[in-house]
Amino acid sequence: MSGHSSYQPRTGIERWLDTRLPIVRMIYDQFVAFPVPKNINYAYAFGAILAVFLIVQIVSGVVLAMHYIPHETMAFASIEHIMRDVNYGWLIRYIHMNGASFFFFAVYVHTFRGMYYGSYKEPREILWILGVIILILMMATAFMGYVLPWGQMSFWGATVITNLFSAIPFIGDPIVTWLWGGYAVGNPTLTRFYSLHYLLPFVIVGVVILHVWALHVTGQTNPDNVDPKTPDDTVHFTPFALTKDAFAIGLCFIAFAWFVFYVPNYLGHADNYVPANPGVTPAHIVPEWYLLPFYAILRAVPDKLGGVIAMFGALIVLIFLPWLDGSKVKSAAYRPWYRVFFWIFVADCIFLGWLGAMPAEGIYPTLSQVGTAWYFAHFFIIIPALGYFEKPKPLPESISEAVRLRHERPSLYARLMNR
Amino acid sequence: MTIKFRFAAPLALALGLAVSSLAVSTPPAKASGGDTPHLQEWSFAGFLGQYDKDQLRRGFKVFQTVCVSCHTLDKVAFRNLAEPGGPELPLDEVQQIAAGWPIQVKDINDKGDPIERAPRLADRFPSQYPNEEAARVMHNGALPPDQSVIAKARTFQRGFPWWVTDIFTQYNENGVDYIVALLNGYEDAPEGFKVPDGSFYNKYFPGHIIGMAPPLADGLITYGDGTPETQFQYSKDVAAFLMWAAEPTLDVRKRIGWYVLGFLVIFAGLLYATKWTVWRQVKGHA
Repeated sequence: MSGHSSYQPRTGIERWLDTRLPIVRMIYDQFVAFPVPKNINYAYAFGAILAVFLIVQIVSGVVLAMHYIPHETMAFASIEHIMRDVNYGWLIRYIHMNGASFFFFAVYVHTFRGMYYGSYKEPREILWILGVIILILMMATAFMGYVLPWGQMSFWGATVITNLFSAIPFIGDPIVTWLWGGYAVGNPTLTRFYSLHYLLPFVIVGVVILHVWALHVTGQTNPDNVDPKTPDDTVHFTPFALTKDAFAIGLCFIAFAWFVFYVPNYLGHADNYVPANPGVTPAHIVPEWYLLPFYAILRAVPDKLGGVIAMFGALIVLIFLPWLDGSKVKSAAYRPWYRVFFWIFVADCIFLGWLGAMPAEGIYPTLSQVGTAWYFAHFFIIIPALGYFEKPKPLPESISEAVRLRHERPSLYARLMNR
Repeated sequence: MTIKFRFAAPLALALGLAVSSLAVSTPPAKASGGDTPHLQEWSFAGFLGQYDKDQLRRGFKVFQTVCVSCHTLDKVAFRNLAEPGGPELPLDEVQQIAAGWPIQVKDINDKGDPIERAPRLADRFPSQYPNEEAARVMHNGALPPDQSVIAKARTFQRGFPWWVTDIFTQYNENGVDYIVALLNGYEDAPEGFKVPDGSFYNKYFPGHIIGMAPPLADGLITYGDGTPETQFQYSKDVAAFLMWAAEPTLDVRKRIGWYVLGFLVIFAGLLYATKWTVWRQVKGHA
């Protein structure tokens, strides 16, 4: 995919630049003439959607930081100042709040798409691992961002999550004190979370650059599993992938505007409009929706240290996915059994998310254990076993062949009419 | 063009599986320990919703007459009462309200002496309490919560499937529906339920024991404009006022949203047309 450049500098200034800093050549090769399999579908648009939402979050966040005050007695009031007195402050804050949720929705679809089409397999292991690192960084960033308004859920969420580190044997308690900057969640905790919440997005940008770099070395996977063989199998990124991604981003923005302008607090918690009070614990301490599956896994294990290991393990296991899956076929479209188990896995993640929002009483802890057991069984039993037992469907000769076959197949309507 | 989104059917199945599991056992509506409030009609609900400024004015009257004797409103400024998208009281009237406000603002004069003076337009509603402890002592140990964002800080469990449909129907009024229910929820405690002295039984309050005495009663406040002077009407008006206090930019937010969504729908249509034109030349894509 890389190596041969088709860029022709046309003007004098381009030629002058090209022998000194070939940045126009790089942009042309990577974002104009870059070959993209012509059969990729809209599930592949979420990478572009994520890039857009990363920019939305950084731009809105930088503006919010101009007005926000990271102090335990002023943070809550400064958010209300943004909402009331800063021109369009409400708009910027609601964009940032809901942008985080859309960012996570997109990253989950993107990750599931990678799992469905085997985008983690050789030679894309590094690309996949960089993606997992981005996901973990996003979670850390979002968690610390949620603490900043210093409402009840901010404060108690920070208390619960930082307390997890106390489960580490021997050095747990000193680590928690060190994280807090004191003997309880307080002003030092707030200021360091603010500092890191501003820093980490730029670390994410750095890892995203590596992620895109790795993608442009191996090229994209595609639903039909076979690598592009002839120029007929691919299209140029510009204008083909660009226009397709742009349309997907347009649709995504419609949904985003719906939330920002009409249900801006739907994805938040009412408790976070109550100022933080160390003396009053909320009835249910619940993280934001995008962390709920992991929260359910944490609570599923009766032992505190075990729960922490399971929760972090649920993320870390993704790193090993390329080596847990022994199947030579990448795309689930050609793996009849993996396809079924993939969708069960998706349902299990949604199931765990629902359980994360339930109180830890009655039948819920037991259901969480079932969901957690399935989550890990998917990686450690089902996926390795399928590599041995599954018989993949016959693969097409080429992408063009696969596209042609699909085109010639009679439509569902025609098939029903001809029975 | 066919949208080749292989995820669609299985995704629907997966969501269906997960969602149907929710139907089996809905989150308890009484998770917070109170009854589920009834839904009210609100002028500011939904896609076209805007505040009814007459209702906000009436609500402010209720707040001014009743609530302010115990509750603070420390994020709202007097000037806000005259600003667009709110009660829109005439500026001179707001100036009079501020000048005659029963609670004084603590300030320092140009000689450096601490003084108390009448509020001005730029001041936020002053607190009648020197500190939280003093407020608790005056109220039998209970702290009357500040009312600035109370309409967004209270909610109730909607249960399945409403929490899903709420996204599409834009149901946002959990807080105000709860406030109306609470203000009308005082009743005698059921047999055997012990309510401590100085506290009251409320059907909708989490745990049912509330420190606030029933604040409203029929005929308590004179509207003088033909609006029914009933406890229920007062409670609705003051809840609407509190919604505005919590979300003073709701009107402009929804108005801008019409244009943004209108633009985005047209823009997405143009993007689709562009995509279609570009991809038409690719073999196998119609």
